[in-house]
Amino acid sequence: MATFLILQQILKTGIVSEPAPEADPALRTREQALHADILKVFGQAVAIRHVDAGSCNGCELEIHALNGPHYNIEGMGVKFVASPRHADLLLVTGPVTRNMEIALKRAFEAVPEPKWVVAMGDCGCTGGMFGENYATCGKVSSVIPVDVEVPGCPPTPIALLQGILAAVSGGRQDAVG
Amino acid sequence: MPKYLDDIALTPQTEGGSVWRCRLEPGRLPAFARTIQDEGGQLLALWGSDDRHLGRNFTVHVAFLSSVGLIWTTSELDCEQPAYPDLAHIFPQADRMQRAAFDLLGIRALDAVDGRAWLRHAAWAEDAFPLRKDFPAHAARRSPHPQVVPYPFIRVEGEGVHEIAVGPIHAATIEPGHFRFSVIGDRILRLEERLGYTHKGTEKRFEGLDLDTGVKLAGRVSGDSHTAFAWAYCMAVETATACSVPDRAIGLRALFLEMERVANHLGDLGFLGNDVALTFGFVQFWRLKEDWMRMSARLFGHRYLFDMILPGGVATDIDARGQAELDALCERIAGEVQTLRHIYDEHTALQDRFANTGIVAPDMAARLGLTGLAGRASSQAWDARVQFPCAPYDRLDVNMALQKSGDVLARAEVRFTEVFESLRLIRQLLEQLPAGALRAPCTQAAGVCEGLGWVEGWRGPVIVAVRIGTDGRLDRVHPHDPSWQNWPLVEVGVLGNIVPDFPLINKSFNLSYSGPDL
Repeated sequence: MATFLILQQILKTGIVSEPAPEADPALRTREQALHADILKVFGQAVAIRHVDAGSCNGCELEIHALNGPHYNIEGMGVKFVASPRHADLLLVTGPVTRNMEIALKRAFEAVPEPKWVVAMGDCGCTGGMFGENYATCGKVSSVIPVDVEVPGCPPTPIALLQGILAAVSGGRQDAVG
Repeated sequence: MPKYLDDIALTPQTEGGSVWRCRLEPGRLPAFARTIQDEGGQLLALWGSDDRHLGRNFTVHVAFLSSVGLIWTTSELDCEQPAYPDLAHIFPQADRMQRAAFDLLGIRALDAVDGRAWLRHAAWAEDAFPLRKDFPAHAARRSPHPQVVPYPFIRVEGEGVHEIAVGPIHAATIEPGHFRFSVIGDRILRLEERLGYTHKGTEKRFEGLDLDTGVKLAGRVSGDSHTAFAWAYCMAVETATACSVPDRAIGLRALFLEMERVANHLGDLGFLGNDVALTFGFVQFWRLKEDWMRMSARLFGHRYLFDMILPGGVATDIDARGQAELDALCERIAGEVQTLRHIYDEHTALQDRFANTGIVAPDMAARLGLTGLAGRASSQAWDARVQFPCAPYDRLDVNMALQKSGDVLARAEVRFTEVFESLRLIRQLLEQLPAGALRAPCTQAAGVCEGLGWVEGWRGPVIVAVRIGTDGRLDRVHPHDPSWQNWPLVEVGVLGNIVPDFPLINKSFNLSYSGPDL
């Protein structure tokens, strides 16, 4: 019974996935030195490890949304993974709290080279409303090097995807050019 | 008119309102707490303040839920040895709140069983207290090389017992926290949580902000409950400044709050499907949620309705076309969720995983103070919108969702029921939306003034207590997330379950880390 209802609902729903947005090169913060041959191995596929370094959980809502059916990120080769050791890219949210500083540094070190870091949200980019205080180190780049910053509170899934694509394609263009 | 509980006079915060204030000697707190408990009430929040700059001492504040509404007690402590009697032996949910109050203010719960630090890991010194007024807000970093300070977890010993340590970074996209499991084979003997990783000095950050900036910060205490916190903060500010909010603004606030509830419940129902390998459920519910978010963005300019609520009113309006669009979407979503609920009901594998998993029995829920939607799944019949409705809920007749089995299934059922109820409320709110202004000015009171706001957010009761100084700026703000009292119940709910069911159980509560970490 359940199977029949599921199939019926799937047929009724159809495909809701939308085409991918363009990369936004304006979000890049530093030149990425990556070799063309390494990028050939990666292709355009990228494995992402997300680290919440102290966010209010607003950014996490949009990361979840990005994994929903409208965006079809796995169809673009973008996949969220469980371990930093399986990742090409670290996606960091939040002002980095002092209680998360060590964990974030360790996660960064665990990502194999070559690697990218995307700071997500106003807090990740600038420290946001929380700034730097007795409990936070402020923006992500005050703790680990950052390649791309995606502002917004929170950034929309499209903006986030543009940032991720900017990180990945940036390395490719720089290496080729 | 004051009310009396025992011989203690309760003064209404506003005439006809359901928030009551009283001053109590700290020594009388335990007896008062017992009176509340005897009549079936609960402790909702406990926090402290440094009032020395006002010519007073340190103070401990407690918010109790009782048959008359919310009672906010204030007890002044000794300046040299600030301490008050332990309340955790009466209301166990006070334990972590008391530990946090010590970490931040240095006020101690006397004879408390658990004296371990809670929010203080290693970011500041043991003898420094960030919420004291003489603690500099922008204190320099203690050391460029932070240390990991070991936390004395309670160990389970015996043959075959081993520990699984998880976090602070988890395998999925969730907030950081540490879970220490003691297991035999796959069976959980004990779970101990250690939180505080997202502590970002929020309460200190409030100090000195103007009222309009304060609401932005309040909305970012826990992003998924933005509207609940922003509204509770504004309610507190408006009480303090005796501001009368226009009816249309109040209607729109309730509209936003119910929209927030629908968004979160849709997302959770999808994740609950995902956690029992029904990817179909995730994809379907997240399709609906995305439609919902896009409509929010179209109508109000923000997917999560951030910064729509301001002290004195709201920042945005809805026109007739928008109303029609929202109404139509409510109707469509209600129909689709009905179909999906039928599938969840018929899906034997899903039912098998949901039923009898992660049980919090009603008596345990009552003893430990389980609140909000998780509480309502364990027979804890509290919903501020029903029992103590503030405007506009007083003219809406909200139906409370209630289940008694206290398992994952019950928490899913409460969400289903509340989705339908919120969709109904949204349509009713649209129909009855009064005409008029969107905002009234909050004029500064003559002296120091205080207020407390109380809103039934999607997760449970959200409380914000506010004190405004003579300069019209925020002097002390305590935002309180219901996750404070619900986290310890996750430790209870997982007992005897298998480790692979932990993600499902955890998701069925879906508690905030940022909210209580502050």
